[in-house]
Formats: sequence, C-alpha cells, structure tokens
Amino acid sequence: MKRSRPEGLLARRDLLVNLTLRELRGKYKRSALGWAWSMINPIATMLIFTLVFKVLLKLPNPIGNPSGLQVFALFLLCGLLPWNFLANSLSGSVTSLVGNAGLIKKVYFPRSVLPAASVLSWVVHLLIELGILSIAMMLFGNFVLPWLPVAILIVVLQTIFVMGVGLGLSAINVYFRDVEHFLGIFILLWFYSSPIIYPASLIPDSRVILGMKVPIKAILDLNPMVHFIGAYRAVFYDLRMPDARSIAFMVGYAALSFTLGWTLFNRLQKRFAEEL
Amino acid sequence: MDPFQPTSEAVRGGTLIAIRAEGVSKRFKLFKERNQTLKHTLLRGRRAVYEEFWALKDVTVEVPQGSTYGLIGENGSGKSTLLKCMAKILYPDSGTITVDGSISALLELGAGFHPELSGRENVFLNGAILGLSGNYLKDKFDQIVEFSGIERFIDTPVKNYSSGMFVRLGFSVAINVEPDVLLIDEILAVGDEEFQQKCRDKFDELKNRGSTIIIVSHSMGMVRNLCDHATWLEHGMVRGQGVASDVITAYLDHVNPVAEPAANLGLHNDSIESVNLFDGSGEATARLISGHPATIRIHYRGATSANELGVDICSLEGEKLMGATTSQAPSPMGPFDGRGYVELILSGLPLLPGIYDLKSFSKTESGRGEGPGTRFEVTSTDSPTGALIELKGIWRSSSA
Repeated sequence: MKRSRPEGLLARRDLLVNLTLRELRGKYKRSALGWAWSMINPIATMLIFTLVFKVLLKLPNPIGNPSGLQVFALFLLCGLLPWNFLANSLSGSVTSLVGNAGLIKKVYFPRSVLPAASVLSWVVHLLIELGILSIAMMLFGNFVLPWLPVAILIVVLQTIFVMGVGLGLSAINVYFRDVEHFLGIFILLWFYSSPIIYPASLIPDSRVILGMKVPIKAILDLNPMVHFIGAYRAVFYDLRMPDARSIAFMVGYAALSFTLGWTLFNRLQKRFAEEL
Repeated sequence: MDPFQPTSEAVRGGTLIAIRAEGVSKRFKLFKERNQTLKHTLLRGRRAVYEEFWALKDVTVEVPQGSTYGLIGENGSGKSTLLKCMAKILYPDSGTITVDGSISALLELGAGFHPELSGRENVFLNGAILGLSGNYLKDKFDQIVEFSGIERFIDTPVKNYSSGMFVRLGFSVAINVEPDVLLIDEILAVGDEEFQQKCRDKFDELKNRGSTIIIVSHSMGMVRNLCDHATWLEHGMVRGQGVASDVITAYLDHVNPVAEPAANLGLHNDSIESVNLFDGSGEATARLISGHPATIRIHYRGATSANELGVDICSLEGEKLMGATTSQAPSPMGPFDGRGYVELILSGLPLLPGIYDLKSFSKTESGRGEGPGTRFEVTSTDSPTGALIELKGIWRSSSA
C-alpha cells in the first residue's frame, strides 16, 4: 500500500500481462480449432460481405490512391479489423468487472486492470490480424512494410481511445446492468455509421430528412471511427500518411476518451465491492 | 479524502503500529427495492429504496507491529467488514486506515483461479493478483508447489482439482506472499492434519520474521492459541479491546454465560449452594494450571437431602469432558443433610489450556438436579498442543 491513489495501470504490469494472458488462453480453450478462430471470424465476415457487396450488389472497387490497389476484400479488411477490435474490446470490457465479481470482493488489486486486460487481449488479436493483412497486401502488390511504424502508432492511439470507453462502460455497468444490453444496439448503429463496408467518399454532404436539411457528413465526421478507419486505410490500402486532420482527431479522441473513462472509473470504483 | 494513508512512522507510545484504524465507519445500504436497471430508475425516479445500516461505527483499532491480533464478535458484528476495509476492498465512509508496509489478505483461497488454466498458470496469475512480480514467483514457484503438496497435478487444469487441492494451492500462493501484514478470515481449517501443521509452521515463521497477523475467527480456541491481542466488536462498535485472553473471556461470558441454577427446575436444585475451585496452595481461583494440583469444593445446604453430589467439566461448546460423583468415593458418603461441603482433590489437573465450565449437580430419590456452575481457565507453561485433555501414562520400552 505504497500509493494512496489507485495505482496506474503500468505500476502493475505483471498483473496486467497475466490477466491478458488469462483472457487469451482461456478464450479458445476446449475448442478444436483454438486460435484459428481468431482468423476464421474476420475471414468469414469478409467473405460474407464480399459476397453481398461484390457479387450481389456489384459495388465498384475502391481504388487505392496512390497505391492503385483495387481489391474490395482488402479494402473491407482495413476497416473491419479495427472495427472488430473496438466491438470485441467493448463487449469484453463492459462485463469484465461484473464477470469477476468474486475476485473484486475478495482481493485488493487495482480494478482497472480487468477492463484493461480485456482490451489488451484484443490488441493482441488485432496485431496478429494486421500482420496477416500486411502479408495479403504484399501478395497483391501493396508494399506496406515502410508504413508499419505508422500503423503501430494508429493502433496505440486506437487502443487508448478504446481503453477509455471500456473503462467508463465497465464501471457504469456495475451500477446499471443495462449498459451491456444497450451496447449491442449501439455497436450496430456505430457499425453502419462508420465507413467499413462503404468508402467514406460515398457519404453525401447533406440529405433532406423529414423536411430538414441534415448535414450528414459533418455529423458522421464526429464519429471517432471515421478517422481511425480512414487512417488504417490510408496506411494499408492507399500507402500514404493519414491526413493531418485525421491525426488531430485521433489524438484528441484518444485523450478525451481516456481522461473521461479513467476519471469516471476512479470515481465509481470505491463501491464496486458492495455493488457487485 | 483518501482513507488509506501511507506512512512509515506510525508510532505511538514507543511501540510500532502496523495498522491503525482510526474512527472508521462503514455504512451499507440495505435495499428494500433495488433498481439495477435504468428503466426502473427512470420510472421510479430513484435508484433504490434502502435503509442505512452501519456495519462499523467509529471503530479505532491499533495493531502493534509483530503481533498476532484477533478480531472477534458474533455474526454481523462488523469484524469481516473491518478486515475488508483494512484490505482496501471496501472504502470506509469516514475515518482513516494507516498501514505500515505491504499487506495481503487471505479472504478466499484461489479467488481468481481460472478453471481452464493449469495449476502452474494459475500460480502465476494468482500471484500477480496478490501483487507478486513475475521474477519473484519464478524463484518461489517450487516452494509454493511443494507447500501445496500437489506436484503431480500442477499441469492439470484446476477445474479437475478436488476442492481440497484447489484450496491448498490457493493457500500456498497466498501464504508465500510473505507480507508485512497478513489478514486472515476464517480459513485456517484447510486440508488435512498434515497440511494444517504446515500452515501453523508457516504462521510461526511469519511471526518470527516480524510479520503482523490479523485474524478474524469464530474459533475462540484458535484466537486464544494464536493471538496476543484482540478486539471484540459488537454491532459495529468496539466492545472490548486488549490482551487476547481477557477479551475472549469477556466475550464468552457475554455470549455463553455460565448456567445459573434454574429457579424452578425441581425440588432439590437448591441442595447445592455453590461450587468453588482452589489451586494447589488452597487459594480460591478461576485460573488453574495444567497438571498442577487442584481442588473442587461443593457446598451443600440441606434443604432437601441429596444422596449424591457431583461435578461435570464441559467444554464451552457444552460437551461433557469428564465428571465425578460422590458415589465413586471408596467409603459411602451422604446423604447430605444440614450444611457442609465435599471436596474432590485432584493431584494433577488433566485439562490442557483452554476455558471450561464446571457444573455441579445433585441426586435424590426423585432424580437429578442441576446446581450452580463456574467458568474457569486452564493455563500452562508449555506450548499449546491444540488438545483438551492430557493423555497421561508411563512410557515403557522393551526390545528383543
């Protein structure tokens, strides 16, 4: 009990690493395909979306600029992988405190490691998937290697962003279990307001809805995932730096989300052991 | 703001204080209707209807460094809440808790074990939860596994463990944290006799190292054997505090008062006036020494004439351990008319350290009647063995 404030996450690295490993090891135990599932899931999603949008709806292939790449499946993966990271991390972390009630009631440790470990386990998945995506990109002639350091920076920013949301949601979920149910709907809405299956360029500037002119593009621009996915695409699909505006948004959202989530978490965590 | 203040100079009156809880209060909400969903909260315009319940009220406890400290009290007295506040699991609503050094709590063994992971993986996971570094665990791993005694199963998923193995592994990790302050809640009854002995040895080792141990327990025998100081909590408030045996005696007198002779149990219940204990030198006392001479004296008054007088010695749980009656006397005694007393002279008290009840009774033609009793303590100069009665005999050996 050397520190009087809830310890920073980094102060308990060993615990964080161990809990992350617990998540990773526990996830595919007792399944025949094991870790292959973390590959099968995004590939299956990609195949389904490709079937729907390419074969049935005959959507035009987005063209990488300046890479000139024209592969819908790869374009899709650039958005789908970071999206899966967000969606899985949030649904994992939101139940991380409630699911570990026994631990929280019986042992003292900084509670924030639970949602953090849940997010980190999905970071590991994301990194593996991005690695495989890079190989696929290079097979299709996109030489992404020099851009990987930028990609890592984007992953770091997105992780901070997701961590903040996860911390906040997990803490509120201790008091209101609605959060985990509501999250499913919210994630669906968020999915379609993010340019995952469609390029951001398809979003119209404005639409008249119920007689009112709604600036759709400006509204969707507030969606953090627009900027994160845009950045992943710039690096992996287009082979260029994300534009400065996107970087500013990503840094801003990461800082804002983490500050709010961390503050909220610390305010609520004192009564976790009683509320669970 | 923060009730947990780190300090390295918690000193009062020359003794170092390992843990100081000062004016700690903890309020719980007893929910009558609890709205754990948003809908209910919005519909009813409030989150919950509850009564406040003070689990701890202005509790001040100072645990000297290196001591073994007992927290005793009835169920719901707040002793476990206090322990959880000390362990930082609960935050007190007011008051401060100051801890000097590292602290570890044994509240539930194997909490945080992942059923699908092997014992080995869980040792590292559980150790990390308890605050141990990976390197420290690597060094200690063999010792932990050896202590648990389940080397053969260390790579088996813990879901296949028996509950005994599970708890033993949990205990082994927890006890090897080697904290400055160890908090224990009712978990010493783990495993078989051999494992229990290992635990006792480990506690002694921790004590010798100067660790402070705080024990919450219902077993007064254990608290008496292990603890030097104790606090008795009642309804969240301190009822007694000080040297362990005094606090325990006061507590036991409160929860389990010596049976007074019932007023209207029978005709003959007034045939015994009192029963007293004397030590070897003839001093009246309630504290006898194991193996030393003692005398039990039964005063009778002849309101009704009893044929037989006797005493039983019972454990605090009410179990009769031994007894004697005047009918066993070599020459017939009684009937007991008028006033007088009989004495049972013991050359060596066979009871081992502990607290016992002495109950008297009398017998007439119409049956048996209970007389008054008294509670007494047996102490010893030897170390406690955990038994109640000494097995006395003469050892002889013979070899071919």
